[in-house]
Amino acid sequence: MADTVIDTKKPGLMVGWLDLGAMLKECVITALLSAVLFLPFIALHADTGGSGGLVIETRWDSWAWFVLAAFVGRALLVVWRENPSSRTRDMLAKTVVTPVGGFFRKNMVAIGLVALVLAVLFPISPFGNRYSVDVATTWMIYIMLGWGLNIVVGLAGLLDLGYVAFYAVGAYSYALLSQTFGWSFWVCLPLAGVFAAFFGVILGFPVLRLRGDYLAIVTLGFGEIIRVILLNWYNVTNGPDGISGIERPTLFGLEFGRNAAEGGTTFHDFFGLEYSTMYRVVFLFYLILALAVLTNLFTQRIRKLPVGRAWEALREDEIACRSLGMNPTNIKLSAFALGAMFGGFAGSFFATRQGFISPESFTFIESAVILAIVVLGGMGSQIGVVIAAFFLIVLPEMAREFEQYRMLVFGAAMVAVMVWRPRGLLSYRDPTILFSKITGRKSTGREHQA
Amino acid sequence: MAYFIQQLINGLTLGAIYGLIAIGYTMVYGIIGMINFAHGEIYMIGAFLAIISYLVFGDMGIVSIPILLMGMLVISMIFTAAYGWTVERLAYRPLRGSFRLAPLISAIGMSIALQNYVQISQGARVKPIQPVVQGGFQLFTQGGFAVQITYLQIVIWVLTTALMVGFTYLITQTSLGRQQRACEQDRKMASLIGVNVDRTISLTFVLGAALAAVAGLITTLYYGVIDFYVGFLAGMKAFTAAVLGGIGSLPGAMLGGLMIGLIEAFWSAYFTIEYKDVATFGILVLVLIFKPTGFLGKPEVEKV
Amino acid sequence: MSTTAEMLLTVEHLTMRFGGLVAIDDLSFEARNREITSIIGPNGAGKTTVFNCLTGFYKPTVGRLILNHPKSGNTYFLERMEGFKVAQVAHVGRTFQNIRLFGQMSVLENLIVAQHNVLMKASKFSIAGLLRLPVYMRAEREAIDLATYWMDKVGLTDKADWDSQNLPYGDQRRLEIARAMCTRPVMLCLDEPAAGLNPRESLELNDLLVSIRDDHGIGLLLIEHDMSVVMGISDHIVVLDHGRKIADGDPAAVREDPAVIKAYLGEEEDEELPPEVAQDLATSGTGGKP
Ligand SMILES: Nc1ncnc2c1ncn2[C@@H]1O[C@H](COP(=O)(O)OP(=O)(O)OP(=O)(O)O)[C@@H](O)[C@H]1O
Ligand SMILES: [Mg+2]
Repeated sequence: MADTVIDTKKPGLMVGWLDLGAMLKECVITALLSAVLFLPFIALHADTGGSGGLVIETRWDSWAWFVLAAFVGRALLVVWRENPSSRTRDMLAKTVVTPVGGFFRKNMVAIGLVALVLAVLFPISPFGNRYSVDVATTWMIYIMLGWGLNIVVGLAGLLDLGYVAFYAVGAYSYALLSQTFGWSFWVCLPLAGVFAAFFGVILGFPVLRLRGDYLAIVTLGFGEIIRVILLNWYNVTNGPDGISGIERPTLFGLEFGRNAAEGGTTFHDFFGLEYSTMYRVVFLFYLILALAVLTNLFTQRIRKLPVGRAWEALREDEIACRSLGMNPTNIKLSAFALGAMFGGFAGSFFATRQGFISPESFTFIESAVILAIVVLGGMGSQIGVVIAAFFLIVLPEMAREFEQYRMLVFGAAMVAVMVWRPRGLLSYRDPTILFSKITGRKSTGREHQA
Repeated sequence: MAYFIQQLINGLTLGAIYGLIAIGYTMVYGIIGMINFAHGEIYMIGAFLAIISYLVFGDMGIVSIPILLMGMLVISMIFTAAYGWTVERLAYRPLRGSFRLAPLISAIGMSIALQNYVQISQGARVKPIQPVVQGGFQLFTQGGFAVQITYLQIVIWVLTTALMVGFTYLITQTSLGRQQRACEQDRKMASLIGVNVDRTISLTFVLGAALAAVAGLITTLYYGVIDFYVGFLAGMKAFTAAVLGGIGSLPGAMLGGLMIGLIEAFWSAYFTIEYKDVATFGILVLVLIFKPTGFLGKPEVEKV
Repeated sequence: MSTTAEMLLTVEHLTMRFGGLVAIDDLSFEARNREITSIIGPNGAGKTTVFNCLTGFYKPTVGRLILNHPKSGNTYFLERMEGFKVAQVAHVGRTFQNIRLFGQMSVLENLIVAQHNVLMKASKFSIAGLLRLPVYMRAEREAIDLATYWMDKVGLTDKADWDSQNLPYGDQRRLEIARAMCTRPVMLCLDEPAAGLNPRESLELNDLLVSIRDDHGIGLLLIEHDMSVVMGISDHIVVLDHGRKIADGDPAAVREDPAVIKAYLGEEEDEELPPEVAQDLATSGTGGKP
């Protein structure tokens, strides 16, 4: 039998509210553990030696730094945790988190509009040079992918680890359709979306009945299968060499090259402008902006429809859904297919922008990045995706020297955010319908919630 | 026929690796009902530890092969177990009873982080070592094709069998095993009767990691080359093995591992080697659809 | 206790085994339309399992569950229907012993989600919905009206916009009932709706259930431990113990039934136990059911 639980711990060396002795103990344990963990990987390095064989190289100084960092990190954590709740944490919550969060919530539409206007003005602003517009285009692609995946993960609560497969299907269907049939981007774009959605249904139909974690691993496997097929099906995909010379998009038939194809007109000729490669860059930016906005508006609206509400209900409680006569498979399938469709759109944009695609662009890492964007931004949050994509795509793009640490930071951030805020950083959910708004009737508002 | 038997031998060796990793998946699933996505990386860490300890022992001038092997085994098991423990403590324990997707995402994050941690700290290039255990003997020859068993393969089988026996004893006969099974049945009840649930779960991770380390060691010895990316595919396949055998079942994990190993060996031998990974995933999907409980798993009725 | 009420549900030889455990053993009973049929019994008697079989969550090992749909006149064999179809086609609604609301969604949203199938049809694969065509807008309006009706009825209108996870416990119980009613069921299965309610809430619940029976003319199946609720409003009571039916009749009869008293008071229980277990229990000084 357990003894009566009485806190027999003698208070050690107390400094204000902080028990220094206990803290020191925790820190030492952490440091010892990290000394063990880092010993083989940081202190020792299996390096390729002169003869081509491996030799051991020691890095005791880095090891010491790492252990010290663990010690200090733990100390900071303890201070943060032990810190009486009335202090820093609450202060931070009161002065920063709540007001900022509240501001975002109340002015969601306005913020969205301002952001849109800024985005539209960006290429013609003084900041809009070739490089910055290009980076912004990449950012937009990931925003769009994030919004697409958000339907699946954030709304329907289905963990899809193979989202990149649909991106790949979109890219390859555009490339193959345009090369085989000579169809233009505008014809192929919807087809690519349809193909991706079709793949989503094909995959989803058998596996969506599975429990959540099985679904995750099957989608992961599916992503790999698609990549392996792209790598090995030479006749169609040209294997690892990829497909090049993919047709670039036109603006109502106006081309962006220096010289027009036979019978075509170029953009600069038509408007009597000097030729510049910038036109295409800017055009591509507006194109992806339009696609992303479309994705967003679509998601916003479908959330308020029966399907959208069913997705969220399914995320909350599948058993309750079944008891209300909802068909879980169909509901999941629709989320999967629509998410895939937007992935397909983004994929065909990617193909037309690069002019070249190969299986290398569609690895698991891509899926992981997109998922990280959705998760860190806050599952189901549209603005969160924009912000997370900035941190995960634009920042690393600008700080290329840290490129190799990128995925390490992603991974660690995913863990940290889940531990700290399991529904993501900006995980605020707006109700799809407000009783107080649609009826004149008084209702104690949401502010009064317990 | 000779070719067939040779593939059988190779497949069984491969299967031993998958089986050892699969046990980690199955045990963790059994006790906390989640897929430990980072387990493949734990295996990869085990493989690296085998290489690093091999090199360190080499520097120390140890040449006796049995001592070398024992040393590598012990070192990689201990350090990998420490990683297994830490992963649970950092990424999963704070999330018990949290939002459904949270532990899964945390596990994926952990897996990405570990992979890149090793890539950065040890470099992205493949790590080759000299064969440690060399030689073998010919079983028989048929139509000009010699069926061979290497000594290394024998070492691998003996090691795996010994571990399996010891492990089965641990789970079925000791109090740790009983506590673990109690937690599997009903965590809350187990804690009420005085089982230290947190400690038992930690130990489960430690054991799983130690077995994965053995798999890593075997990989290093058998293939002589690894890189930071080996955990991804091997993890997927071992997970498939766990599901195939019936997730939650220890003998199932071993059986599933052997089956996946054999399937892979025969597929590579008789079909296209490029699509061997696709074959494994295909099997995973088929099993999940038609027999989600696997071969030895218990049927799962969701409590409403 | 109208004798004119037509038959709604006929359960014949229902048996449910989980491995070696027989949770329900050859259970047969009937429930009539416009009546409240209570299923009572000690913990672990198999009551919830009966509901799970009725509502398609479990496939019974043996037995027939026949529902006569009073509105369409169709007959449904519930044991053969896929889970969600029981609610969708046969219109059997239910609540859960452990409340299952859509926690992050508001009260109103919970009630609108319950009308998914009607709304889905009106939204014509979401196209009419996306374009906000009148067909859909009208359907949505009606859905809101029905939701409002039930919010008024269970007294949640004031909290219509609250996230359901933030509601007090009693409100959550009533919201779950309202949500089930929004599917327009012909039979409503309630699993311990009074659990955790205070006496005043419990009385209000009685009124609500009676009103559902009388004003909406549907049959109710009620699992309840609170005898004041059971005896007060039931038209008919089925008593289970260890998966077997030990009594069946109107409240007055059941109250007097010796088998029921025995099951509840655990009289002479030692006799049923194997001698060595009985001994163990006697020496350790603890009794009761596992
Ligand atoms: N999915 C399942 N798997 C295994 N056993 C089950 C399952 N569901 C129920 N049981 C068992 O069936 C028996 C009856 O359970 P049930 O939940 O129906 O009881 P109950 O009458 O609702 O009890 P309570 O009043 O406590 O709610 C119990 O012994 C329970 O453990
Ligand atoms: Mg019950």
